[in-house]
Amino acid sequence: MNSTLERILVPLGAVAVSLLLFALFVALAGYPPLDVFALLYKGGFGSSFSWNNSLQRAAPLILTGLAVAIPARAGLVIIGGEGAMVLGGLAAAIVGVWGPVHIPLVAQIIMLLSGALVGAIWIGLCGWMRHARGINETISSLLMAYIGIALLNHFVEGPLKDPNSLNKPSTPPIPDANMLGLTPGFDVHMGLLIGVVVALIAWAVLRFTTLGFALKVVGGNPRAAQLAGLRVGRWIIGACAAGGAAAGLSGAVEVAAVHGAANASLISGYGNAGILIAFMARHNPLAIIPVAVLIGGIGAAGGMLQRRLDMPDATVIVLQGMAFIAILASEAVMGSPWRRIAQRLWGIEPATTPVAPAPVTVLAKSSTLEAA
Amino acid sequence: MAGQKFDRRNFLKIAAASGALAAVSQSALAQGKPLVVGFIYVGARDDFGYNQAHAQAAAVIKKMPGIKVIEEEKVAETVAVQKTMEAMIEQDGASLIFATSFGYFDPHVLKVAAKYPKVFFAHCGGMWTEGKHPKNVGSFFGYIDECQYLSGMIAASVSKTKKGGFIAAKPIPQVLRNINAFTMGAQSVDPAFTTHVIFTGDWSLPVKEAEASNSLVDQGADVLTCHVDGPKVVVETAEKRGVFTTGYHASQAKLAPKGYLTGAEWDWVAPYKTLVEAVKSGKQPPNFLRGGLKEGFVKMSPYGPAVPAKAKTAADTVKAKMVKGEFVIFKGPIKDNKGATVVAAGVSQGQQDPVLEGMNYLVAGVVGSI
Repeated sequence: MNSTLERILVPLGAVAVSLLLFALFVALAGYPPLDVFALLYKGGFGSSFSWNNSLQRAAPLILTGLAVAIPARAGLVIIGGEGAMVLGGLAAAIVGVWGPVHIPLVAQIIMLLSGALVGAIWIGLCGWMRHARGINETISSLLMAYIGIALLNHFVEGPLKDPNSLNKPSTPPIPDANMLGLTPGFDVHMGLLIGVVVALIAWAVLRFTTLGFALKVVGGNPRAAQLAGLRVGRWIIGACAAGGAAAGLSGAVEVAAVHGAANASLISGYGNAGILIAFMARHNPLAIIPVAVLIGGIGAAGGMLQRRLDMPDATVIVLQGMAFIAILASEAVMGSPWRRIAQRLWGIEPATTPVAPAPVTVLAKSSTLEAA
Repeated sequence: MAGQKFDRRNFLKIAAASGALAAVSQSALAQGKPLVVGFIYVGARDDFGYNQAHAQAAAVIKKMPGIKVIEEEKVAETVAVQKTMEAMIEQDGASLIFATSFGYFDPHVLKVAAKYPKVFFAHCGGMWTEGKHPKNVGSFFGYIDECQYLSGMIAASVSKTKKGGFIAAKPIPQVLRNINAFTMGAQSVDPAFTTHVIFTGDWSLPVKEAEASNSLVDQGADVLTCHVDGPKVVVETAEKRGVFTTGYHASQAKLAPKGYLTGAEWDWVAPYKTLVEAVKSGKQPPNFLRGGLKEGFVKMSPYGPAVPAKAKTAADTVKAKMVKGEFVIFKGPIKDNKGATVVAAGVSQGQQDPVLEGMNYLVAGVVGSI
């Protein structure tokens, strides 16, 4: 079996399995499974309104998914995207409100870049702690997220508070003219276009450049990478910073396209949802897009289940959990056992792994690059 | 669902026939179609708190004839709530939407309201302002500080240590007003009573709320109350520690059969009904709707077993005055807990005084800082 095909079919099969489990669960809870499925489809993808609804919910998740997926290429488990996101949003609001430039396009670009920069520094710091002090990046990024959220609250309720924002402490609003508009052709804010473009760039860089390959080597075996002349520390910090930049950018988009100011509404769990999405997408930036749309669609459909069948919100959380576990578990059937079964059943030859000699040349290339 | 489709098509036929397609919601009523009312909650409908108070009233509206209620819970204050409102309108034909979380107002309700001028958006807590906000948006809220004052009276009358604990989310005007009213009510019974405040920093932080409750009891507080989204943790912790509590948002009596004294509860049925009936009859609903005990927007939980008869009588006397509109809580002279005069002698800030909406102090007798 072709391995690309396998990589697409196995997760799809896992989603199908999770839907079956969900049907069982729904039936046990006393709801008609077929109606539930019909509504899931209708609410998530059944009309252009539903599509826009799902895509809108997916947009911020693409970037926060990348915040987990990019460091994962270097073997790092970063789960503190939420902190980078809210601080990115705060940074965007600060330059948006007090920045010197008020030409809309320029102001927008500055807001987005400063959000990305602050996010990059925040998670980059976790990478540095890992490299220089041996602090586990998973724990440090999680704890840094709490600090980030506390900082946001401190600034919007203290020094940066707009005196007119009484019961919802916020920074002053950024000028309406500087707000981001809609993604052309959709009733979805610019975050969708930005997310898709960044995901495509991340995918292309990781897939086709020596940069991406070097990162994979660092992630696969840091010791070997070091022996090959890669400066592992830099790669670790760089990967963290790139992930943090994606999270910070998503926060900036939230401010520049939705809230128009920084406030506690930024702490919305998008950063945490990104963890789920990155793992479901196996840390492949390209796969993050459809996975985010799927999760967005489940969210949109969840609303419809609540409205039409009076089901609790937890219903779709159960579906999400089942899909997550099924996709992760499907890793087990990926690769050799799966191929062996296929071989036994249909006499298909197991794919050989011709990639082994290739890395050496590329590795040599990238290490010379590094040396130069 | 199939029925829904059929109904809508059927309805469109009739509406088209009568040439009333323009005013969809109105003609729907003329044809005996139910008025679809959407309710959106930021948390769980059964949180023993803020959201439950709304959901309880929504359940009453559900029973009204000619009304179809649709609900969504745990809707975040992001684009999610914008899309939920739009979906209620586009997919379910809602013509009245109750957005019950404070954070929904700006920008979410305002943005969607501009897009759907024929739908009315009722927001809980927001300050609708003439000329600034659209006509199809309204805000409603209750003067729950009246109930907090009464809770404070009861608290002081059972407290032995003369120390109360208040677990609060954020130092914003609405919360400060409750802390101050509670303290002033308590001091009207016992001038030596002090309220010790801990701000947790956010609306729903169960772990911090439990820590704060325990810490306040350790410091000697023997009555706890709170202003967070779900008072469940505070009330349960207090009961476990053997101290009294007064509730908030909804009744938590079930969670603390021994120590629950009374509580400040919302009763959203009255404002909900006013708005639903206005939209149903095709009238412009009130854009600014407020009320206290008198209007029935707020109510007290029934007294618990630990409340002495004398305390009940005292509180009920003040309550009767409030219902008549004869009682002013924020009546000068009032000093804050740093010694500055915040309401001068002879100044009386009545329930509806807009100055109170910007409260930024803690009264003398409150231990804590903003």
